[in-house]
Amino acid sequence: MMEKMIFGRYVPADSIIHKMDPRSKLMIIFLFVCIIFLANNWVTYALIGIYTFLMLGMSRIPVRFLYGGLKPVLWLVLFTLVLQLFFTKEGAILFEWGPVKIYEGGVRMGIFISLRFFFLILMTSLLTLTTTPIEITDGLETLLHPLKKIRFPVHEMALMMSISLRFIPTLMQETDKIMKAQIARGVEFASGPFKERIKAVIPLLIPLFVSSFKRAEELAIAMEARGYRGGEGRTKYRQLSWRMADSLQLVVLVVLTILLFLLRS
Amino acid sequence: MDISLQHIEYRYQANTPFEQLAIEDVSIEIPSGTYMAIIGHTGSGKSTVLQHLNALLQPTKGTVKIGDHEIKAQQKNKNLKQVRQKVGIVFQFPEHQLFEETVEKDIIFGPMNFGISEAEAKKRARIALKQVGLAEDILEKSPFDLSGGQMRRVAIAGVLAMEPDVIVLDEPTAGLDPRGRKEIMDMFYTLHKDRKLSTILVTHSMEDAASYADQIVIMQHGKVVNQGTPEEIFSSPVELVQMGLDVPEVVRFQLKLEEKTGVKLDKIYLSIEELSSAVTGVLNRGVRS
Repeated sequence: MMEKMIFGRYVPADSIIHKMDPRSKLMIIFLFVCIIFLANNWVTYALIGIYTFLMLGMSRIPVRFLYGGLKPVLWLVLFTLVLQLFFTKEGAILFEWGPVKIYEGGVRMGIFISLRFFFLILMTSLLTLTTTPIEITDGLETLLHPLKKIRFPVHEMALMMSISLRFIPTLMQETDKIMKAQIARGVEFASGPFKERIKAVIPLLIPLFVSSFKRAEELAIAMEARGYRGGEGRTKYRQLSWRMADSLQLVVLVVLTILLFLLRS
Repeated sequence: MDISLQHIEYRYQANTPFEQLAIEDVSIEIPSGTYMAIIGHTGSGKSTVLQHLNALLQPTKGTVKIGDHEIKAQQKNKNLKQVRQKVGIVFQFPEHQLFEETVEKDIIFGPMNFGISEAEAKKRARIALKQVGLAEDILEKSPFDLSGGQMRRVAIAGVLAMEPDVIVLDEPTAGLDPRGRKEIMDMFYTLHKDRKLSTILVTHSMEDAASYADQIVIMQHGKVVNQGTPEEIFSSPVELVQMGLDVPEVVRFQLKLEEKTGVKLDKIYLSIEELSSAVTGVLNRGVRS
């Protein structure tokens, strides 16, 4: 049922992107999200597009899979496009049909904003597709380490993150199982009037809550039984290693940033 | 109601990098009134087969016939609800599906979804509760205040109250103590006998399969590797052991006995009583000759 979900999912493969240090990937994504707003004309958007597709190519994620997973989001992108088309009133009128007027500026803005949206989604999914949740939290914990000085609970936050990420698949399985059990008892999740469908969620949510609370309690007990007492003096089994490729990737992005600054209008 | 699986195949997450072939070319006939056990290791595909029995999954190849309904691969299927009323499934750890405020509300939830009136559903709830061996005073309690064993029985009652023609059991006794286990298995057997309920038991317990089922299907790596009556299945125990499957204790005992004494009994016996009388028979004859 949720088989096609792509968000937060890791696809194992042997690629340059998979092998990168999670710290550099996180830094790249962060920077990318910032610099995408620098693009404001065809050249700069083209640059960002080329960069995004190069990264995608290097990740060796099958395009068909990516397309299948992103299809629902593409609707959202399309929606933004339509919205911009009708509500931006700039430049010459390109098309007129009764009260509907489409301006040149609208077309341009529509394309730009939906492209920006699209590239953002692609790059951020690329992060989760090529990095295991554990790597992401490890990377985040090390990157945020300096914040400890201002008493920000970095370790606790990372632990919370890794626990929640770890239990997403479990929760999905559980959801699937309970959904099937209730379908077998005559619940219809996918059809029927809206009111009925909302009501159908209750037999799904309550068992899920009950089991989540139980699981949280069991996990807490198991952690305490094994002597967990927070991040102080804790060592790591997985060591992160920064390679040449990571530095290189960062350099490429910095060059892209400079180019964007130079070419934007 | 007859159920027939014809050359079905199922792939999880078809057309993604996670694609996985779960079952392949599985054909099983379940005539009305049969008690069939499907046995296999974890990952043998038995749970996938089970979900085809009331159209929770639709095959990626092949046809599933449930009574008059035909469910084919690659085709939109309608009126699945009717099928689901006829085939009740007791999932593994069914107590996880409880959600209502009171036991009674939870039991009548299924029947009422299928359009049974509240009064009739409540009547059925009382009958079902009796069948699973619980007292009526439990009806007003919250299902979450019950013990694990009681919760399991309430969940089973919820499926029985739908009055299905076929009942599918997925490891219904997992996590129960030996006594609770026998009680539940005996209860399903009585229902099968009294109400002529077709019963399909998915399990990895050879003991249960040997003592209750009239037909056994053995699955391995997503395929049916053997099919027949318990006597037929257990008559070649060596094969079972090679597949890494357990042979019932009685059969194991008989094999050891034959090996030690060199005397072959006429057939494989599946219950302690039968085996002991057969052995006594042989011993008596031995004394006489």
